Amino acid sequence: MSGKKAIFIAGFGGQGVLLIGQMLSYAALFDDKEVTWMPAYGPEMRGGTANCTVVISDTAISSPLVTECDVLIAMNGASLAKFEDMLVPGGELFVNTGLCPEPPKRKDINIHYVDCTNIAEEKLGNTKVANMVMLGAVNQITKITTLETMFKVFEYTLKGPKAKLIPLNMRAMEAWSE
Amino acid sequence: MEKKLMKGNEAFAAAAISAGCRYYFGYPITPQNEVPEYMSRELRNVGGHFIQAESELASISFIYGAAAAGARCMTSSSSIGIALMQEGLGSCVVCELPCVIINVMRAGPGIGAIQPAQADYTQVVKSGMNGDAHCIVYAPTSIQEAVNMIYHAFDVADEYRNPVIICVDGMIGQMMEPVIIPESRAVIEEKDIEKTKPWALCGHRNRRDRNKINSVFLNQYELEDRIMNRLLPKFEKAKKELPEWESRNLEGAEAVFVAYGSTARIAIEAMELLEKEGIKVGIIRPKTLWPFPDAAFDEIDSKTTKVVISVELSLGQMLEDIRLALEGRYPTALINRVGGILLSPVEVAERTKAVLGGMK
Repeated sequence: MSGKKAIFIAGFGGQGVLLIGQMLSYAALFDDKEVTWMPAYGPEMRGGTANCTVVISDTAISSPLVTECDVLIAMNGASLAKFEDMLVPGGELFVNTGLCPEPPKRKDINIHYVDCTNIAEEKLGNTKVANMVMLGAVNQITKITTLETMFKVFEYTLKGPKAKLIPLNMRAMEAWSE
Repeated sequence: MEKKLMKGNEAFAAAAISAGCRYYFGYPITPQNEVPEYMSRELRNVGGHFIQAESELASISFIYGAAAAGARCMTSSSSIGIALMQEGLGSCVVCELPCVIINVMRAGPGIGAIQPAQADYTQVVKSGMNGDAHCIVYAPTSIQEAVNMIYHAFDVADEYRNPVIICVDGMIGQMMEPVIIPESRAVIEEKDIEKTKPWALCGHRNRRDRNKINSVFLNQYELEDRIMNRLLPKFEKAKKELPEWESRNLEGAEAVFVAYGSTARIAIEAMELLEKEGIKVGIIRPKTLWPFPDAAFDEIDSKTTKVVISVELSLGQMLEDIRLALEGRYPTALINRVGGILLSPVEVAERTKAVLGGMK
């Protein structure tokens, strides 16, 4: 990846929306890029709305807030309907099909359907890594980072007794295919 | 040193510990809760002390005590919590007690909203304290700058024997950026405090006369002496030595933004958007809010600049200081949002065009 990319991730609390953004941010850090991670914070709770913006760039980032994004990850239907218009024409939209019954309306974007919860359950036997299946799909298409970097990210974030989860998360990165 | 990805609030706390802060007192309030959370977890690992106070009044009173004993101490809160601290803060000023306070601003007045705002400008800069009191106020725009300023703030507080406020907003507190935490400083041992802070209350052990720290003056001439001969010269020195700012693209600019903290980042992006449309805008970013960097405004290009625009998340609290600094040299305008709503670069750019359109 080169230049500047804004990634907007939205869903509900408990889906690991903020974590997808943080993992991307760590990857950017390890790839020696500039990065900002900005959560929408409020009186949030499990089941409430959750979203965050990640900006990754080769040069210094001024605003961590964006009004349009290059990549949108919609983890549920409400987020898809609310944020679809934020995508730039030609942008990449990732739809969590299991929770988005209504199809996207835009015709000028690239749409990728990722049934991340089912893939996590059937292929990996653990629905908790559904968000990492989604991240894997995003990375396969956008090539924001590499699997080598993601391995470093998981090594950095999953330490001690959690280290045993690294192989599962690495498999999640490759579980989806278009 | 290792570059880490950290949340603003956590980085603020880490910077304070590196700077030698060993006493933290605080009461929870969004959006700064990661500061006390980090302190409660990390301070004890370096032999420090964390106390969750029963209120903000207690936090600042703990600060008064710890600072009087010569310790490097810090508290943090947000907007309405800082409002509650004003009485104790005034006592710290008149007693000349060095301390660092982080204000992660949210929207007010009152309990308000937990989203970012910059409407504490008047409270921290003009001082919500009674009497002729000032706090030195820094306004960082990124997590790294906040870390550097906090690290430095403890030295400034000690040098000036005055409270220093780090004024950020919820956006910088909540976001994550790569950051380098400066190396830990050696902490002055308790037995050595009286060498560096001879005024501190650290036990005279019958070797010298008692030190007294007292904010009550039964003799009004003594208080006048304290204000005129101790506080005033310090405030004048601060006005000469402390103002800091960053300016960009002032030469040939049609309009000049003035913005601090997170809003400066939005304004810089708006500046870049406008440049693509052939509209040249510059920016002055105050890094200190008190003392306000008046001299920055002498750098404005008088041949081209038509208007100076304050971009801020308040009803125009900073605009008053901009006007004072400009002394009528340029017309001014305000681009703002309030109540916890952030400006976007596009909105700032559009509203700038409207301001410039209205001037023709």
